[in-house]
Amino acid sequence: MTDAVKIANRNFSVFYGATRALRGITLDVPAHRILGIIGPAGSGKTALLRAMNRLNDLNPDCRVEGQILLDGVDIYQPDFDAVRLRKRVGMVFALPVPLPLSLFDNIVYGPRLSGIRARTRLNALVEGSLQAAFLWDEVKDRLHTSAMRLSGGQQQRLCLARVLAMEPEVILLDEPCSGLDPISTARIEEALIALKSKYTIVLVTNNTKQAARVADTTAFLFQGELVEVGPTGQIFTMPKDQRTNDYVSGRFG
Amino acid sequence: MALAFTALTSLLLIAIFIFKEGVPFIARVGFKDFLLSSDWRPQAGHFGIYPMIIASLLVTFGAMLVGAPLGIACAVFLNEFVSKPATRIIKPTIELLAGIPSVVYGFIGVVVVAPLIRSQFGGPGLSMLCASLILGVMVLPTIISISTDVLASVPNAYREGALALGATRWQSVHMVILKAGRSGIVAAVILGMGRAIGETMAVIMVAGNTVQLPHSALDSVCTLTAKIAMEMGSATGPHRQALFAIGVVLFLMIMMFNALAMSAIKQRFAGK
Repeated sequence: MTDAVKIANRNFSVFYGATRALRGITLDVPAHRILGIIGPAGSGKTALLRAMNRLNDLNPDCRVEGQILLDGVDIYQPDFDAVRLRKRVGMVFALPVPLPLSLFDNIVYGPRLSGIRARTRLNALVEGSLQAAFLWDEVKDRLHTSAMRLSGGQQQRLCLARVLAMEPEVILLDEPCSGLDPISTARIEEALIALKSKYTIVLVTNNTKQAARVADTTAFLFQGELVEVGPTGQIFTMPKDQRTNDYVSGRFG
Repeated sequence: MALAFTALTSLLLIAIFIFKEGVPFIARVGFKDFLLSSDWRPQAGHFGIYPMIIASLLVTFGAMLVGAPLGIACAVFLNEFVSKPATRIIKPTIELLAGIPSVVYGFIGVVVVAPLIRSQFGGPGLSMLCASLILGVMVLPTIISISTDVLASVPNAYREGALALGATRWQSVHMVILKAGRSGIVAAVILGMGRAIGETMAVIMVAGNTVQLPHSALDSVCTLTAKIAMEMGSATGPHRQALFAIGVVLFLMIMMFNALAMSAIKQRFAGK
């Protein structure tokens, strides 16, 4: 595997009104790897993640500075199409939010928006993405029942499958396991590791152990600043910064 | 406590009063001759209100054809596409519409809408079409204010979820937000129907008030409410009782609309 850079954050800052949520972040997201982003609550992890597929656009108080390059192209330049960006960079949220539709319709929502109509193609996408999210065996007999009836862990895997069905290049995950039990968490982690050969994955997590388990590279954010980034083993065993050391060893946060 | 019961008691008294006057009359004339006959000649002892029931329903239905799409579109626009400060000005303005006396709406109907219909489409002008248009505007505040509340309660997570899957703002509205708020919007429309079927003053002024089964939207019609309001002053004996019986029919219709709206709302919360 190469160490190609998929997304490059260049001196990137985010402001919510007068508050500065991110201070000049420069961070590379390596292609076909899992980048873990850790840090205490309020450190700007989610702001950074949402910046990478421009979901912050929804918030009128939000302002950004600096650049985020996707394959070398600045996604914040005025003529960059945010809707197309979000098709290339998918997002899984902390709380699983299945759309109020059936399982099947949840998954084909994205593909249908891209203009895919053929039934056989949609069926194949549904099966493929549910299998990749390790959910197929549990739900294959009830694809047309409401997604709201799934358990929390199943809903989160459905949300992952839904993103996979769009065949994105990058998957952003915002604390995807924060509300899940250990078994569902293990399922999701298993799926992520299997997926990194095809996708570039950015995983924001509150759970440092999760980053240690699945991430290839880990970045530590603290109060809106990037304190340290490096191979996961190094961040957890011999961090260079005292604050990283304190955080990963559980002294605060 | 006492105040709450005053409201409840007056509702109960109204219901009892109308039913006491109306129900024995219906029983005497016969259910079928009252509801399903087209012969309304109180002096001759014929009390068929079928054309008026149909007129009320058609006018209400027409009002919904005008008011529901406009109202829902306006609610979507206010909720999804307009900035907060603008909404703070627009929404109270729309609610102000509800405060305009219905006689003013009727007046607009008589001097503006009816002549326009007469010159454009022919017919008497004062017609079912005219009544539907006026009522369609009158129900807007009801539909808009309930629909915006419903849409505002759709969790933001749905919007973000749809956008994160590559939907445009517009696609997220039509495929997700409206689906999530569907039962609430249905309730808003049904409550609007209740408002439309009960409206009297504006309808008297613009509907033409001929008791007949309409053949087209340009025909003059007489609704249940208009009939009561126009004849109550002079009616005596069985004629007066017949008007109370019409009140019973209206009362039941509106109760039914409200019950439907309630069940739609309940379904919404049970579905979550």
